[in-house]
Amino acid sequence: MQKGLTKQEYQQYVEKMSPKSKILRNVFRAFLVGGLICVVGQFFINILKLRGIDQERASTITTLIMVFLGALFTGLNVYDELGRFAGAGSIIPITGFANSIVSPAMEHKTEGYVMGVGGKMFVVAGPVLVYGISASVIAGILYYLIHK
Amino acid sequence: MQNMIWTYINAFIVGGVICAAGQILIDKTKLTSARILVLFVTTGVILSALGVYQKIVDIGGAGATIPLSGFGYTLTRGVFRDVESLGILGAFTGGLKATAAGITAAILFGYIISVAAVPKAKR
Repeated sequence: MQKGLTKQEYQQYVEKMSPKSKILRNVFRAFLVGGLICVVGQFFINILKLRGIDQERASTITTLIMVFLGALFTGLNVYDELGRFAGAGSIIPITGFANSIVSPAMEHKTEGYVMGVGGKMFVVAGPVLVYGISASVIAGILYYLIHK
Repeated sequence: MQNMIWTYINAFIVGGVICAAGQILIDKTKLTSARILVLFVTTGVILSALGVYQKIVDIGGAGATIPLSGFGYTLTRGVFRDVESLGILGAFTGGLKATAAGITAAILFGYIISVAAVPKAKR
Protein backbone atom coordinates (compact mmCIF):
# COMPACT_ATOMS: atom_id res chain seq x y z
CA MET A 1 0.00 0.00 0.00
CA GLN A 2 1.09 3.56 -0.60
CA LYS A 3 2.46 5.34 2.40
CA GLY A 4 1.95 8.90 3.49
CA LEU A 5 -1.76 9.10 2.79
CA THR A 6 -3.91 10.81 5.36
CA LYS A 7 -7.17 9.19 6.26
CA GLN A 8 -9.03 11.73 4.13
CA GLU A 9 -6.82 11.24 1.10
CA TYR A 10 -7.19 7.53 1.43
CA GLN A 11 -10.96 7.90 1.57
CA GLN A 12 -10.89 9.89 -1.67
CA TYR A 13 -8.60 7.34 -3.24
CA VAL A 14 -10.96 4.52 -2.30
CA GLU A 15 -13.95 6.37 -3.66
CA LYS A 16 -12.19 7.12 -6.92
CA MET A 17 -11.03 3.57 -7.47
CA SER A 18 -13.79 1.41 -6.06
CA PRO A 19 -16.67 1.55 -8.59
CA LYS A 20 -14.55 0.46 -11.50
CA SER A 21 -12.60 -2.24 -9.66
CA LYS A 22 -15.84 -3.44 -8.11
CA ILE A 23 -17.32 -4.05 -11.55
CA LEU A 24 -14.10 -5.74 -12.62
CA ARG A 25 -14.22 -7.97 -9.56
CA ASN A 26 -17.88 -8.85 -10.17
CA VAL A 27 -17.20 -9.65 -13.83
CA PHE A 28 -14.26 -11.85 -12.89
CA ARG A 29 -16.36 -13.75 -10.35
CA ALA A 30 -19.20 -14.19 -12.86
CA PHE A 31 -16.73 -15.48 -15.45
CA LEU A 32 -15.18 -17.91 -12.99
CA VAL A 33 -18.36 -19.39 -11.52
CA GLY A 34 -20.32 -19.32 -14.79
CA GLY A 35 -17.43 -21.03 -16.55
CA LEU A 36 -17.13 -23.67 -13.85
CA ILE A 37 -20.86 -24.48 -13.95
CA CYS A 38 -20.53 -25.00 -17.71
CA VAL A 39 -17.53 -27.28 -17.10
CA VAL A 40 -19.75 -29.40 -14.84
CA GLY A 41 -22.30 -29.56 -17.67
CA GLN A 42 -19.58 -30.51 -20.14
CA PHE A 43 -18.49 -33.28 -17.75
CA PHE A 44 -21.96 -34.87 -17.87
CA ILE A 45 -22.14 -34.50 -21.67
CA ASN A 46 -18.73 -36.15 -22.10
CA ILE A 47 -19.59 -39.02 -19.74
CA LEU A 48 -22.91 -39.67 -21.49
CA LYS A 49 -21.29 -39.55 -24.93
CA LEU A 50 -18.66 -42.04 -23.78
CA ARG A 51 -21.53 -44.38 -22.97
CA GLY A 52 -22.65 -44.16 -26.58
CA ILE A 53 -25.48 -41.65 -26.17
CA ASP A 54 -25.77 -39.24 -29.08
CA GLN A 55 -24.99 -35.53 -28.72
CA GLU A 56 -28.59 -34.34 -28.61
CA ARG A 57 -29.82 -36.80 -26.01
CA ALA A 58 -26.67 -36.27 -23.93
CA SER A 59 -27.37 -32.54 -23.99
CA THR A 60 -31.00 -33.04 -22.91
CA ILE A 61 -30.07 -35.40 -20.07
CA THR A 62 -27.41 -32.92 -18.95
CA THR A 63 -30.05 -30.19 -18.83
CA LEU A 64 -32.18 -32.44 -16.61
CA ILE A 65 -29.27 -33.06 -14.24
CA MET A 66 -28.27 -29.39 -14.08
CA VAL A 67 -31.86 -28.28 -13.44
CA PHE A 68 -32.09 -30.84 -10.65
CA LEU A 69 -28.79 -29.72 -9.11
CA GLY A 70 -29.79 -26.05 -9.30
CA ALA A 71 -33.09 -26.78 -7.59
CA LEU A 72 -31.47 -29.03 -4.98
CA PHE A 73 -28.76 -26.55 -3.98
CA THR A 74 -31.37 -23.81 -3.79
CA GLY A 75 -33.41 -25.99 -1.44
CA LEU A 76 -30.30 -26.56 0.68
CA ASN A 77 -29.89 -22.77 0.95
CA VAL A 78 -26.54 -22.99 -0.84
CA TYR A 79 -27.31 -21.54 -4.28
CA ASP A 80 -28.47 -18.11 -3.12
CA GLU A 81 -25.30 -17.91 -1.06
CA LEU A 82 -23.31 -18.68 -4.20
CA GLY A 83 -25.32 -16.00 -6.01
CA ARG A 84 -24.13 -13.37 -3.57
CA PHE A 85 -20.60 -14.16 -4.68
CA ALA A 86 -21.07 -14.97 -8.35
CA GLY A 87 -23.85 -12.65 -9.54
CA ALA A 88 -24.58 -13.36 -13.19
CA GLY A 89 -22.28 -16.39 -13.01
CA SER A 90 -24.98 -18.19 -11.06
CA ILE A 91 -28.02 -16.46 -12.63
CA ILE A 92 -27.42 -17.13 -16.33
CA PRO A 93 -26.67 -20.89 -16.37
CA ILE A 94 -29.70 -23.20 -16.45
CA THR A 95 -29.06 -23.92 -12.75
CA GLY A 96 -29.95 -20.27 -12.17
CA PHE A 97 -33.24 -20.83 -14.01
CA ALA A 98 -34.01 -23.66 -11.56
CA ASN A 99 -32.96 -21.37 -8.72
CA SER A 100 -35.37 -18.68 -9.94
CA ILE A 101 -38.18 -21.25 -9.65
CA VAL A 102 -37.37 -22.72 -6.24
CA SER A 103 -36.15 -19.62 -4.41
CA PRO A 104 -39.39 -17.56 -4.50
CA ALA A 105 -41.57 -20.69 -4.19
CA MET A 106 -40.03 -21.83 -0.90
CA GLU A 107 -40.01 -18.31 0.44
CA HIS A 108 -43.73 -17.84 -0.21
CA LYS A 109 -44.75 -21.28 1.03
CA THR A 110 -46.72 -19.66 3.87
CA GLU A 111 -49.14 -18.31 1.24
CA GLY A 112 -50.24 -21.87 0.51
CA TYR A 113 -49.40 -24.63 -1.91
CA VAL A 114 -51.44 -23.28 -4.82
CA MET A 115 -50.80 -19.54 -4.98
CA GLY A 116 -47.73 -19.60 -2.74
CA VAL A 117 -45.63 -22.46 -4.14
CA GLY A 118 -47.47 -23.13 -7.42
CA GLY A 119 -47.84 -19.46 -8.31
CA LYS A 120 -44.52 -18.02 -7.15
CA MET A 121 -42.56 -20.72 -9.01
CA PHE A 122 -43.14 -18.70 -12.17
CA VAL A 123 -42.33 -15.20 -11.01
CA VAL A 124 -39.15 -15.28 -13.14
CA ALA A 125 -39.55 -18.53 -15.09
CA GLY A 126 -42.93 -17.30 -16.45
CA PRO A 127 -41.50 -14.26 -18.26
CA VAL A 128 -38.61 -16.38 -19.55
CA LEU A 129 -41.04 -18.90 -21.07
CA VAL A 130 -43.33 -16.19 -22.45
CA TYR A 131 -40.55 -14.32 -24.23
CA GLY A 132 -38.52 -17.37 -25.21
CA ILE A 133 -41.42 -19.31 -26.70
CA SER A 134 -42.98 -16.26 -28.37
CA ALA A 135 -39.68 -15.26 -29.95
CA SER A 136 -39.11 -18.80 -31.21
CA VAL A 137 -42.59 -18.92 -32.82
CA ILE A 138 -41.90 -15.63 -34.61
CA ALA A 139 -38.54 -17.00 -35.75
CA GLY A 140 -40.30 -20.15 -37.00
CA ILE A 141 -42.89 -18.18 -38.99
CA LEU A 142 -40.15 -16.05 -40.57
CA TYR A 143 -38.19 -19.21 -41.38
CA TYR A 144 -41.30 -20.67 -43.03
CA LEU A 145 -41.92 -17.52 -45.09
CA ILE A 146 -38.30 -17.32 -46.25
CA HIS A 147 -37.48 -20.99 -46.88
CA LYS A 148 -40.78 -22.62 -47.82
CA MET B 1 -8.01 -37.58 -24.13
CA GLN B 2 -6.42 -34.40 -25.45
CA ASN B 3 -9.68 -33.55 -27.20
CA MET B 4 -11.66 -34.08 -24.02
CA ILE B 5 -9.54 -31.62 -22.08
CA TRP B 6 -10.20 -29.02 -24.77
CA THR B 7 -13.97 -29.48 -24.44
CA TYR B 8 -13.63 -28.43 -20.80
CA ILE B 9 -11.41 -25.45 -21.57
CA ASN B 10 -13.73 -24.28 -24.33
CA ALA B 11 -16.81 -24.75 -22.15
CA PHE B 12 -15.16 -22.78 -19.36
CA ILE B 13 -14.16 -19.88 -21.58
CA VAL B 14 -17.36 -19.62 -23.64
CA GLY B 15 -19.64 -20.10 -20.62
CA GLY B 16 -17.53 -17.69 -18.58
CA VAL B 17 -17.63 -15.01 -21.25
CA ILE B 18 -21.43 -15.29 -21.61
CA CYS B 19 -21.87 -14.94 -17.85
CA ALA B 20 -19.35 -12.08 -17.70
CA ALA B 21 -21.37 -10.27 -20.38
CA GLY B 22 -24.44 -10.69 -18.18
CA GLN B 23 -22.57 -9.32 -15.18
CA ILE B 24 -21.49 -6.22 -17.13
CA LEU B 25 -25.14 -5.65 -18.06
CA ILE B 26 -26.19 -6.00 -14.41
CA ASP B 27 -23.53 -3.61 -13.15
CA LYS B 28 -23.94 -1.02 -15.92
CA THR B 29 -27.72 -1.03 -16.24
CA LYS B 30 -29.04 -2.28 -12.90
CA LEU B 31 -31.29 -4.72 -14.77
CA THR B 32 -33.02 -7.21 -12.45
CA SER B 33 -32.15 -10.87 -12.82
CA ALA B 34 -35.59 -11.60 -14.35
CA ARG B 35 -34.94 -9.08 -17.12
CA ILE B 36 -31.43 -10.45 -17.63
CA LEU B 37 -32.81 -13.98 -18.08
CA VAL B 38 -35.52 -12.77 -20.49
CA LEU B 39 -32.90 -10.82 -22.43
CA PHE B 40 -30.61 -13.85 -22.67
CA VAL B 41 -33.25 -16.31 -23.78
CA THR B 42 -34.54 -13.86 -26.42
CA THR B 43 -31.02 -13.08 -27.62
CA GLY B 44 -30.41 -16.82 -27.81
CA VAL B 45 -33.45 -17.21 -30.08
CA ILE B 46 -32.39 -14.35 -32.36
CA LEU B 47 -28.75 -15.48 -32.66
CA SER B 48 -29.88 -19.07 -33.31
CA ALA B 49 -32.30 -17.95 -36.01
CA LEU B 50 -29.44 -16.07 -37.67
CA GLY B 51 -27.27 -19.19 -37.48
CA VAL B 52 -24.72 -17.49 -35.24
CA TYR B 53 -25.43 -19.44 -32.07
CA GLN B 54 -24.81 -22.80 -33.72
CA LYS B 55 -21.22 -21.68 -34.28
CA ILE B 56 -20.88 -20.74 -30.61
CA VAL B 57 -22.27 -24.16 -29.63
CA ASP B 58 -19.81 -25.87 -31.99
CA ILE B 59 -16.94 -24.18 -30.17
CA GLY B 60 -18.19 -23.98 -26.59
CA GLY B 61 -20.32 -27.11 -26.18
CA ALA B 62 -21.90 -26.95 -22.73
CA GLY B 63 -20.42 -23.47 -22.39
CA ALA B 64 -23.04 -22.37 -24.93
CA THR B 65 -25.92 -24.74 -24.12
CA ILE B 66 -25.91 -24.41 -20.30
CA PRO B 67 -26.39 -20.60 -20.19
CA LEU B 68 -30.01 -19.56 -20.71
CA SER B 69 -29.23 -18.34 -24.22
CA GLY B 70 -28.82 -22.07 -24.94
CA PHE B 71 -32.47 -22.54 -23.98
CA GLY B 72 -33.34 -20.08 -26.76
CA TYR B 73 -31.09 -22.09 -29.06
CA THR B 74 -32.89 -25.35 -28.26
CA LEU B 75 -36.29 -23.66 -28.75
CA THR B 76 -35.30 -22.28 -32.14
CA ARG B 77 -33.68 -25.47 -33.36
CA GLY B 78 -36.83 -27.41 -32.45
CA VAL B 79 -39.04 -24.86 -34.21
CA PHE B 80 -36.97 -24.90 -37.41
CA ARG B 81 -36.89 -28.68 -37.44
CA ASP B 82 -40.67 -28.94 -37.10
CA VAL B 83 -41.24 -26.21 -39.70
CA GLU B 84 -39.21 -28.38 -42.09
CA SER B 85 -41.45 -31.40 -41.49
CA LEU B 86 -44.84 -29.87 -40.60
CA GLY B 87 -44.81 -26.47 -42.27
CA ILE B 88 -46.15 -23.42 -40.46
CA LEU B 89 -47.68 -25.64 -37.76
CA GLY B 90 -44.13 -26.51 -36.74
CA ALA B 91 -43.59 -22.96 -35.47
CA PHE B 92 -46.12 -23.80 -32.76
CA THR B 93 -45.01 -27.35 -31.96
CA GLY B 94 -41.22 -27.49 -32.30
CA GLY B 95 -40.13 -25.21 -29.46
CA LEU B 96 -41.86 -26.93 -26.59
CA LYS B 97 -41.19 -30.35 -28.08
CA ALA B 98 -37.44 -29.73 -28.04
CA THR B 99 -37.44 -28.20 -24.56
CA ALA B 100 -40.08 -30.47 -23.01
CA ALA B 101 -37.65 -32.41 -20.82
CA GLY B 102 -36.01 -29.31 -19.38
CA ILE B 103 -39.26 -27.48 -18.69
CA THR B 104 -40.92 -30.53 -17.17
CA ALA B 105 -37.87 -31.20 -15.01
CA ALA B 106 -37.78 -27.58 -13.84
CA ILE B 107 -41.46 -27.69 -12.86
CA LEU B 108 -41.37 -31.12 -11.19
CA PHE B 109 -38.03 -30.86 -9.37
CA GLY B 110 -38.78 -27.21 -8.58
CA TYR B 111 -42.10 -28.08 -7.00
CA ILE B 112 -40.87 -31.07 -5.00
CA ILE B 113 -37.84 -29.26 -3.64
CA SER B 114 -39.81 -26.08 -2.87
CA VAL B 115 -42.26 -28.12 -0.82
CA ALA B 116 -39.56 -30.15 0.94
CA ALA B 117 -37.10 -27.34 1.64
CA VAL B 118 -36.96 -25.28 4.80
CA PRO B 119 -36.25 -21.65 3.90
CA LYS B 120 -33.49 -20.05 5.90
CA ALA B 121 -34.32 -16.91 7.84
CA LYS B 122 -33.35 -13.78 5.89
CA ARG B 123 -30.08 -12.29 7.00
